[in-house]
Amino acid sequence: MPRNQSIKKVLLIGSGPIVIGQAAEFDYAGVQACRALKEEGIEIVLVNSNPATIMTDHIMADKIYIEPLTLTTIERIIELEKPDSILSGLGGQTSLTLCMQLAHNGFLESHGVRLLGSSPETIDKAEDRQLFKDTMESINQPCIPSEVVTSVEDALNFADEIGYPVIVRPAFTLGGSGGGIADTREKLMSTALNGLKQSPIHQILVEKCVSGWKEIEFEVMRDHIGNAITVCSMENFDPVGVHTGDSIVIAPTVTLADKEYQMLRSAALKIIDALNIEGGCNCQFALNPDSFEYAVIEVNPRVSRSSALASKATGYPIAKVATKIALGYNLDEIKNAVTGTTYAAFEPAIDYVAVKFPKWPFEKFVYASRTLGTQMKATGEVMSISDSFESAIMKAVRGAELGFDTLHVPFVQELSDEELRAKLMEPTDIRLFLVYESLYRGVSVDELFEITRIDRWFLYKLLKLVNYEQLVTSYSITTEDYIDGKKLGYTDASLIKIASKNPANSSKLIKYKRQNIINPTYKMVDTCSGEFAATTPYFYATYNSPESGGENEVLPFLASDIMSTDNPSDNKLMSTKGTIIVLGSGPIRIGQGIEFDYASVHCVKSLRDLGYTVVTINNNPETVSTDFDISDRLYFEPLCAEDVMNIINIEKPIGVVVAFGGQTSIKLTKVLNDNHVNIIGTSADSIDMAEDRERFDALLTELNISKANAHTVMTLDEALYAANDLTYPVLLRPSYVIGGQNMTIARSDDDVKEYMNIILQHEIDNPVLIDKYIEGMEIEVDSIFDGEDLLIPGIMEHIERTGIHSGDSIAVYPAQDTDEKIEQTIVETTKKLCKGLNATGIVNIQYIVKDGELYVIEVNPRASRTVPYLSKVSGIPMVDIAIKVSLGMKLRDLGFGTGLYRKPDYIAVKVPVFSFAKLSGLDTQLGPEMKSTGEVLGIGKTLTEAIYKGFVAASYVMKKDGGVFISVKDSDKPEIAEIGKQFMDLGYEIYATDGTAEVLIENGVAANVVTRLPKEDSNIKSAMELIEDGTLSYIISTSSKGRLPERESVKLRRHATIAGIDSLTSLDTVNAMLTCLRKNLSEEETSLVDINTL
Amino acid sequence: MNKYLILENGMTFKGEGFGAPGDVTAEIVFTTAMTGYLETLTDKSYAGQAIVQTFPLIGNYGIIPEDVESNMIGTSAYIVREWCDHPSNFRSTRDLDTYLKSRGIVGLCKIDTRALTRVLREHGTMNGIITDNPSKVDLSLVKSYKCENPVSHVSTKEMYVEGTGSHKVALLDFGMKENICRCLTDRDCTVYVFPSNSTVDEILSVNPDGIFLSNGPGDPQDNVEIIETIKKLLTYNYPMMGICLGHQLLALAHGFNTSKLKYGHRGANQPVRYLETGRTFISSQNHGYAVVNDSIDKAIAEPLFENVNDGTNEGLKYLNKPVFSVQFHPEACAGPKDTSFLFDQFIDYLNK
Repeated sequence: MPRNQSIKKVLLIGSGPIVIGQAAEFDYAGVQACRALKEEGIEIVLVNSNPATIMTDHIMADKIYIEPLTLTTIERIIELEKPDSILSGLGGQTSLTLCMQLAHNGFLESHGVRLLGSSPETIDKAEDRQLFKDTMESINQPCIPSEVVTSVEDALNFADEIGYPVIVRPAFTLGGSGGGIADTREKLMSTALNGLKQSPIHQILVEKCVSGWKEIEFEVMRDHIGNAITVCSMENFDPVGVHTGDSIVIAPTVTLADKEYQMLRSAALKIIDALNIEGGCNCQFALNPDSFEYAVIEVNPRVSRSSALASKATGYPIAKVATKIALGYNLDEIKNAVTGTTYAAFEPAIDYVAVKFPKWPFEKFVYASRTLGTQMKATGEVMSISDSFESAIMKAVRGAELGFDTLHVPFVQELSDEELRAKLMEPTDIRLFLVYESLYRGVSVDELFEITRIDRWFLYKLLKLVNYEQLVTSYSITTEDYIDGKKLGYTDASLIKIASKNPANSSKLIKYKRQNIINPTYKMVDTCSGEFAATTPYFYATYNSPESGGENEVLPFLASDIMSTDNPSDNKLMSTKGTIIVLGSGPIRIGQGIEFDYASVHCVKSLRDLGYTVVTINNNPETVSTDFDISDRLYFEPLCAEDVMNIINIEKPIGVVVAFGGQTSIKLTKVLNDNHVNIIGTSADSIDMAEDRERFDALLTELNISKANAHTVMTLDEALYAANDLTYPVLLRPSYVIGGQNMTIARSDDDVKEYMNIILQHEIDNPVLIDKYIEGMEIEVDSIFDGEDLLIPGIMEHIERTGIHSGDSIAVYPAQDTDEKIEQTIVETTKKLCKGLNATGIVNIQYIVKDGELYVIEVNPRASRTVPYLSKVSGIPMVDIAIKVSLGMKLRDLGFGTGLYRKPDYIAVKVPVFSFAKLSGLDTQLGPEMKSTGEVLGIGKTLTEAIYKGFVAASYVMKKDGGVFISVKDSDKPEIAEIGKQFMDLGYEIYATDGTAEVLIENGVAANVVTRLPKEDSNIKSAMELIEDGTLSYIISTSSKGRLPERESVKLRRHATIAGIDSLTSLDTVNAMLTCLRKNLSEEETSLVDINTL
Repeated sequence: MNKYLILENGMTFKGEGFGAPGDVTAEIVFTTAMTGYLETLTDKSYAGQAIVQTFPLIGNYGIIPEDVESNMIGTSAYIVREWCDHPSNFRSTRDLDTYLKSRGIVGLCKIDTRALTRVLREHGTMNGIITDNPSKVDLSLVKSYKCENPVSHVSTKEMYVEGTGSHKVALLDFGMKENICRCLTDRDCTVYVFPSNSTVDEILSVNPDGIFLSNGPGDPQDNVEIIETIKKLLTYNYPMMGICLGHQLLALAHGFNTSKLKYGHRGANQPVRYLETGRTFISSQNHGYAVVNDSIDKAIAEPLFENVNDGTNEGLKYLNKPVFSVQFHPEACAGPKDTSFLFDQFIDYLNK
């Protein structure tokens, strides 16, 4: 069926801030959807609260609202824009839930808006546990014995009936949050209670636990007339029991015989047909490894994280095809963009394997529980492609930036056999390495299978790597052995390191490397295993010797680049100016999110517009930058020294851009420089000057710019001496940090000891920095420098004082509390710094203003996480300008002037968003270590309105009545009385712990004294109980200690967050909140701002 | 042990041998199916050919005796990137290498199978030799290699009966995949499996309700006698269904033409459009020849299916006769079962 021509204006809802379980994959899906709609000439109205996305870029849609994703706001936008249709399946669970609410409350019907894609009935059938079960039963698809319950008692009764262990899955939640496995009645009581609380409809599913079965997924597409295909099958390395988002995954399935494969494939098609899905859908199965018995785990009736993975693993653009289906097309009417000749109605055949490896935040959150279960904990993922599992897993692990280049990792080697075995019992983020170490120590595959239930197929593959490493250390190797090592995925550096115990082998390896015994052969991802000619320039590296027929498929593309210079009249030409490589930012993690993909994609686009051939290297399957038609050529490879250098050696670029891939690409500048690769933008030496504390301090002294006094130390004793010399409080952090990794404020020797003991658990190459902590107003500046002139798109001010990481602070643009004098100082100082560093292009600087004096915190000569939002609100295409000046153009000629850019009519407030509920054990108190996973933007005519919208978008409840619990550390007490008073004046009931209450009462605030946790000898309800019974609307909790999960304050804060109560851990945030509460704003009266009209 | 593949154009791929030792000359074809190597190996339609698997990891789930599609290995040799020495599946009895050794089938591994596939795609299917001694190869012999009468080699030598159903189906075995038989016996048929050179009288002697023409290897036009037999059978107006070679032979019996595809369709992901409803189905395919679209006399038959990718004919429905045939494999094994409803349609004809 051709497309429905009555669709003229479509509303698309994005997925909002990045949280665990809902990450960049929906920006990728949304962008594909926008492009597909645009191709059809349809007018697009886009709503997303996340300003860091590419989908909210002005060119992506006709109208763009960076507004809260709430029912009220969406309804107001529909009333304003009058779209004829709404597209539901592309914006993750957030968008789907909103669309369902709009369908169920009759709003869509009464406003004449059609829901495109699957119908509400279909979505209910897939999402409502009971309806889903009934549907599966009606088509004889086995489900795991389960029951939907709405009370803890019912949960217990059902579990008694089917037996333990059971799994609890709350309905309608992201990434399975609030669920868990319970093996006893006691455990189920707490898990069920938590799950019920997490579910917006107060409903949980209790099901029989089939942990240990194989977990298999199919990505399925179906159109309106019922054509259905499976795009990709995937098998989890970790058996059922670990959330698929936290599992290592391989595509396609590898341990299923055709009989099992076709059984599950047919089941997936039957399911999608019974549900009447129109678009993309994900089916998860549990398969008994010892029989044909299987069960349907769940179905996602929308584009999901797995579909992004499947798209990148096969080249099949699921989101784009799903959009076209929603517009009325059938699968056989949609062209396969990869071959250009075949159609979307086919199943990709792949001739490689793709391996996904999750990226967890535990390196940063040392106190968070590392146990993996039904609740997803990973913030992002990497994917690798190769012709064997061994080399794919090797690429994935080194690309995950864990600091390991093989699977044999030092901290696991230190464990005793008993510790190793004990740790293996529980699935954690390091289980792969524990398994590997066990194989090294001679534990048998069968025994490991019994413990972990990881399929023997995977274990034998790992054993192959172990055997190879033992060969390299024990026997005299040959060139054949070396080639085998390269095929298995080892880098030269890792091989030489492994062979270090065997000097003869080491020197041989060095020789082989020098002789170029073997070079990578790049292969194309073409959806069809070479059956049809493909034009997609999407590559991965393998090793095939020339004698074995080894073909490098990049070569013809390089040849056509050269040809194009010979024949400039041919307008299909790829390049007349040469090739530039743009390094991406790798997996999404705390501190390095989707913002960097935004910057990379913009950089690629600008360079292509300027006539360069642009090559992207990245390994994150969730991103837009890894879409095959963004760059001229894409290499899906780890962002590691050897992988990147191999590509450089073949592409011979005129330069490499490192400024937009965050710390991931910045880390590579040294290697590039050592290999005499031209870096476009700030040089390696300048980057080092900004990152190396001693060189940076010397520069500041030379430029006469103030900063906090500091020391660098390597040992605990040095640290204690330095801290006492500077006097407490001090700030401790390692040099070369991302997002305040392992950063803390120490107020005593004990804090310093705790910190240094944690950090010294790992080898440290770079010293630890200890700064005097200055409490003041934090200012952030993004600037562009062309060597002479400076352009500052805007100055941002943080609501929270220094001490809270800039990524976790509420940032206001333009700054409200800076006067002209300090602004002038900022401009001058920024220019001096850029000049002094000899920077070119984009530079981010953080300052402290205290008593009219400006101090520098740090300088990052690269794009920062504020670039996307600042670009959108200021209207300056920052990445475009930055890359142009990096190539030698002058700011004066680029149309945005120099100096501080004019201030906008609106105020924009960036509010951080956290994923605390999913990371058990993590203290929710904010500090110098970044904890947020995403952000939202509030745009308003006044500061208060902008902050209010930001809070709403960040899902603060902002209840207008109820209780406020206050418990603050001593240093906050001088300010707490005023805060308490304001809450009291607004009619809230105040509760406080005794110390805080004393201050409040002294100052005339009527405070009820309570304890944090229940006390046996007390009949006064504790704060914890007041949370339970719904009395409290806010908790304000700060503590000088925090961190340790067993502390009362930490427990209480976590409990409040999980219970969905506004929990504030900085008095500055509290004051911002109070400003909004005093104005008594409501969502109905905020201004709706189309950022395309700013 | 080094082993080589040398194509008729002289291109050489150095790899390692596995399976049985020896040299083999064959037509080199590739299949893109990612699972189902056992069904592929035992598919007799591959007689005279050496299969290249485009998926690099083969043998992952080992050898599962009940999954074979015939009692012999059809392919002359087997070419893979990597075979799995530690397969994992609850039904696996041994590994691929041991199996090929026991069945005398030569294997070649550790070559760039994707490069080879691309060569076959660009140049079209070629002959090649798998050998231990590349210096002794006579390319002219390789080039002139042709598997003579492959159908008679792989067809059953004697008629046998499968199933005890109420419909009697006479099946002409040109190299049948056993699942065709299972698809019929599961649908209440007794299947009389006849050798390919059976006469009309022999076939009719079982008094069948319908006739089935199986898949099989080689150039359909070589089967001159069989085509004559089919022509005669058609005069009796029996319900008739053909698959793959059976489809091509039916077309030839009606005076249509067949031609060789550049590199064939082999895999489990081929989309075919069912022209009666416009629906597209994913099918399992293994054929190097196709019925020429222009040769189809619309007064005799109308196209039933077409390939969505390249528009080639994938099925025919004969007018005014209970006769139809498909180029792809509705019996699957390996591959998707999405078109198994075609067997039901055949049974409907038997019921009429």
